[in-house]
Amino acid sequence: MNAPAAALGLSVRDIAVSFGGIHALRGVTMTAPAGKITAVIGPNGAGKTSLFNTISGFYRPDAGRVILGGTDITSTPVHARAGMGLARTFQNVALFRGLSVLENIKLGGHHLMRAHPLAAMFGAASSRREELALRAEVEDRVIDFLELDNVRHKPVEALSYGLQKRVELARGLAMRPSVLLLDEPVAGMNREETEDMARFILDVQEEWGVTVVLVEHDMGMVMDISHHVAVLNFGELIAQGTPAQVGRDPEVVKAYLGGEAQAVAA
Amino acid sequence: MTDFYVLIEFLLLGLLASGISALMALSFVLVYKGTHVVNFAAGEVMMLGAYLYYTAAVVLKLPPAAALLLALAGIALASAAIEALVLRPLAGQPTIAILMATIGMASLLHGGVEIIWGQDPLETPALLPRFPVNWGEVMIPGAAIGNFVLASLLIAALVVFFRFSRAGIAMRATASDPVTAATLGIDIRASQRMTWVLAGVTGTVAGALIVSSGSVSPALASSALGVFAVVILGGLDSVAGAILASLVVGVLESLTVGYIGGKMRDVFPYLVVLAMLIVRPYGLLGTREIERL
Repeated sequence: MNAPAAALGLSVRDIAVSFGGIHALRGVTMTAPAGKITAVIGPNGAGKTSLFNTISGFYRPDAGRVILGGTDITSTPVHARAGMGLARTFQNVALFRGLSVLENIKLGGHHLMRAHPLAAMFGAASSRREELALRAEVEDRVIDFLELDNVRHKPVEALSYGLQKRVELARGLAMRPSVLLLDEPVAGMNREETEDMARFILDVQEEWGVTVVLVEHDMGMVMDISHHVAVLNFGELIAQGTPAQVGRDPEVVKAYLGGEAQAVAA
Repeated sequence: MTDFYVLIEFLLLGLLASGISALMALSFVLVYKGTHVVNFAAGEVMMLGAYLYYTAAVVLKLPPAAALLLALAGIALASAAIEALVLRPLAGQPTIAILMATIGMASLLHGGVEIIWGQDPLETPALLPRFPVNWGEVMIPGAAIGNFVLASLLIAALVVFFRFSRAGIAMRATASDPVTAATLGIDIRASQRMTWVLAGVTGTVAGALIVSSGSVSPALASSALGVFAVVILGGLDSVAGAILASLVVGVLESLTVGYIGGKMRDVFPYLVVLAMLIVRPYGLLGTREIERL
């Protein structure tokens, strides 16, 4: 009934963002191929989060365009981008405290309910059925898929950090996105939690056919699961390609290890 | 009449009066919870709503129920306009700037109402039928019961709306974390506008019930001052707290009138509130980390 939306590619062209005199992004152009995992990496302050916030719509870029599957969404409001297939998670877990795991996940399906607001307000039968269908789908697919079955009625604040991150991923999936943005999905996780999350991200891409774009500091994980890597430094794109290509790039080595290390490496 | 019946009568009167004060408190709490704005114009919006009811009932000669509906539609438009013209441009400004804006808005509404309707009390038709109810030696005015029932129904409807409806859930998500709510596809501007509309409607029902079977005057707005004590006692951001605190203050006021004297009515309950706040500064059910104003 509700197959995931077809994967869409995401690209940004000549994006420039500045805050006062600080240039967070200068003319960044990159593409995340449809149905693949793309990682955005770079040292702290390189502009990764600014890029994510521009793609999400929180920042309006000074110049450049954001293109989702061929549609220019540069000036589309944040909430409307959800309806176009864009979902994201946050660096700091952004779940609604006081709500259960299931309620949080159901909020991910919020934008899919097309009932008229007035009808929904009075609990019209059609919106009720829609709600039930949504709920069934959410339970069957997302919760099973992410192995959240035994915590579905627990309040989110009672869960471990790693599980909370997984609930956030589940909520993103419940939006049935074409493109899923993951902001540091394994930050602060231990080895085991990191491996679990990496496996889930791979499964999301393979089984759900979702285009995944992630920002991450864990180089091992990035190199293991990504098809495509883009490297930012001081607001500029300095390299993009396969993990192997990027790992050999002298500019990237320099950005991460400093000029002297490059001399040592050479 | 025995002492026991006197006690029952004043307890009941206090309980029944708390319905309207809970509505007034909710009109304030909804806005604080939904948009983190401390709305010092809540009393004035309620007053404007009551004048709209008066105008619909007396000037347009509508039957009371239709007059109330028209007043609610009018206040919904006015609330949406306030949100769009006053609050929206100030989004992201310091709390104190927004707070001053609501105080300014209160003055504007007060002045505007006096220009249009004047300062004298205007007689208002009854919204609910008037009949005294006698249980043995206990006598209760029927309007008090009607007001309480109507207030309870509206509060129950609000609770159901926030708990189960799509728009209500969107409003709660927006209140809790607007950034995340937006990424989930929730139109947070629409949610915040809806919050102001619901608060205005709730206040107007309270205002119409207060002036019904009496008269409306600009002094109505200042009766909302007492509600600040209720709101602070319940916790600025707690719907359940507002209801509970309304009951506490309503019963305390009534017992004060009965046993200490009418002059102490506006003093004694607030001494109790003050004493309680020394123990629980965030109110009975409020969130602990509420900011200082």
